[in-house]
Amino acid sequence: MADFRITVAGDSALNLEFGQIISAKTSTLIRQAALCLTEDGIEGVTELIPTFCSLMVQYDPLVIGFDELCEALQGKLRNIGATESSVRHIVLIPTCYGGEYGPDMPTVVAHSGLTEQEVIAIHSGHDYLIDMLGFLPGFAYLGGLDPRLHTPRLATPRTLLEAGSVGIGGAQTGVYPLPSPGGWQIIGRTPIKPYDPDRAKPILYAAGEYLRFVPITPAQYKAIERQVAQGTYEYQSITQEG
Amino acid sequence: MGVVVKTAGICTTIQDLGRIGYQGSGFSPSGVMDHRACTLANLLVENDPNTCVIEFALIGPTLRFTTNTIIAITGGDFSPLLGGKPVPMYKAIMVHRGSVLSFGAPRTGCYGYISIGGGGLDVPVVMGSCSTNLRCSVGGWHGRKLNVGDYLPFKTPNLDFLANLPSHVIAPDDIYGFGQEQVTLRVVPGPQDDAFTQVGLDTFYGSAFTITNQCDRMGFRIDGPEIETKNGSDIISDGIAFGAVQVPSKGRIIIMLADRQTTGGYAKIGTIASVDIPKLVQRKPGDRIVFQQVSVQEAQDLLRQQARYYSSVAKAVKRLCSGGTSPRRTARRLTPILERQARIAKDEVLWINTEDRDRDRSVPQRKGQ
Repeated sequence: MADFRITVAGDSALNLEFGQIISAKTSTLIRQAALCLTEDGIEGVTELIPTFCSLMVQYDPLVIGFDELCEALQGKLRNIGATESSVRHIVLIPTCYGGEYGPDMPTVVAHSGLTEQEVIAIHSGHDYLIDMLGFLPGFAYLGGLDPRLHTPRLATPRTLLEAGSVGIGGAQTGVYPLPSPGGWQIIGRTPIKPYDPDRAKPILYAAGEYLRFVPITPAQYKAIERQVAQGTYEYQSITQEG
Repeated sequence: MGVVVKTAGICTTIQDLGRIGYQGSGFSPSGVMDHRACTLANLLVENDPNTCVIEFALIGPTLRFTTNTIIAITGGDFSPLLGGKPVPMYKAIMVHRGSVLSFGAPRTGCYGYISIGGGGLDVPVVMGSCSTNLRCSVGGWHGRKLNVGDYLPFKTPNLDFLANLPSHVIAPDDIYGFGQEQVTLRVVPGPQDDAFTQVGLDTFYGSAFTITNQCDRMGFRIDGPEIETKNGSDIISDGIAFGAVQVPSKGRIIIMLADRQTTGGYAKIGTIASVDIPKLVQRKPGDRIVFQQVSVQEAQDLLRQQARYYSSVAKAVKRLCSGGTSPRRTARRLTPILERQARIAKDEVLWINTEDRDRDRSVPQRKGQ
């Protein structure tokens, strides 16, 4: 039995609030709700924006009014539970760590007291749950960075980071889908495009899915970069039980 | 066959009603700032309301047409001129090949719109929309503002016929309150109105605010008294709706608009009623606004009223007679046009129906021999 509160976000949107603090349970409920509303939609609902504690539902009030929509949502979401689905969808992000692609690797190494190999092994050895996307198209807020890798942001943010930069900002890690200013410690870069408006699926992953960074060599980076440019690269993902 | 940009203005872009369905991936919806002006501009030339239009901010572009077409101009009044002579707004006007549309002195408003009959501009649909997303450089014309020399092709190569053009006119839109010292914007409270004290809420709904010069397609910053919060204004980031009123603990209120980021971490005291967003975006720096609380049900009733108005406009412009033109007279006027078309077409297929853009240039009519 899911417990949520509905708040009003104007005449064309509302929020389903599943909790007040960021937690695994809240996160699961939001993903379940989003999945439920995607698979079995309500007519008039136009957009879903999952965030840490709430799910924004945007709708066309000319198709469905506020009161009617609340009722439909209560009915539809009555039976979602906090049981995590046993199936994990993991999107693989080939990443070249350190060197010219990861200018801040020495900072992370110094701050953590680990070797570069250890940093890479720890960072690529975990599947990160995507809590939400925001800030930039395809910018994923990831949960679960190993505390040993937590590193403060740069004192002065860089004015331009390359698309594909993989970084650590405090307790968070992630990948920049587009060239952007940014203050994260950049430890590597991926040659793939998390976001490509010309692709059938413009954004490679969604909230509720997992990202796994896979270490590659500079030579592999160049090869994949070429394939991406030619449109022949096959994006890799894994579906895992339990 | 289209239009050549002679001067571009400062922020002239191609927009439709927005890119729907990607906000959950962090993708701003973009789209026109003033949905009402865009919708009416399209209805006036018998386009679908979601057809792309040219939006310009503060300074109008100069455009040379390389083919005959029919256009309508709506939104803020920037003294439109065709071939140097004033032309009316909120009216479908015929534009001939070679003529130049320009704009003179800005009179009212901030955003102007130009719709083009026959389905608008022929630009690629990216992720379901023609809207320009400047931050991501996608959509519209190569994902950017229009520049001098750009050549924008039309969907329909040559359109110089709409049945009874004179009926394609409506009264200039009076919802904007141009010239008033202060306008009222209706606000639906929430989603974080409970983050503010009663004093804070009273300040918000009881004070006048001033539009600053820090206003763009992303958001409008407004000046006014500080709004008191209970425990500051930081929240766990959540979704942001069109017209959301973000209140940082200190500093200026920001009303989030077409190019907004999809999520944010400031408390939102309310959201501007959709029907009043056009009124907001047409305000200039220094203009004064006040906020009035309405319920979500009231705001949705207002939207339904607006939809009824749009339907009545869509019907009215297609009326076969208007302003005393009888059907007989209309037929008399149409006959030479049709005959001329038929002469030009020779044995080619003659296109006359401009109503249904999906049925690829519509009903073919063979010239009878």
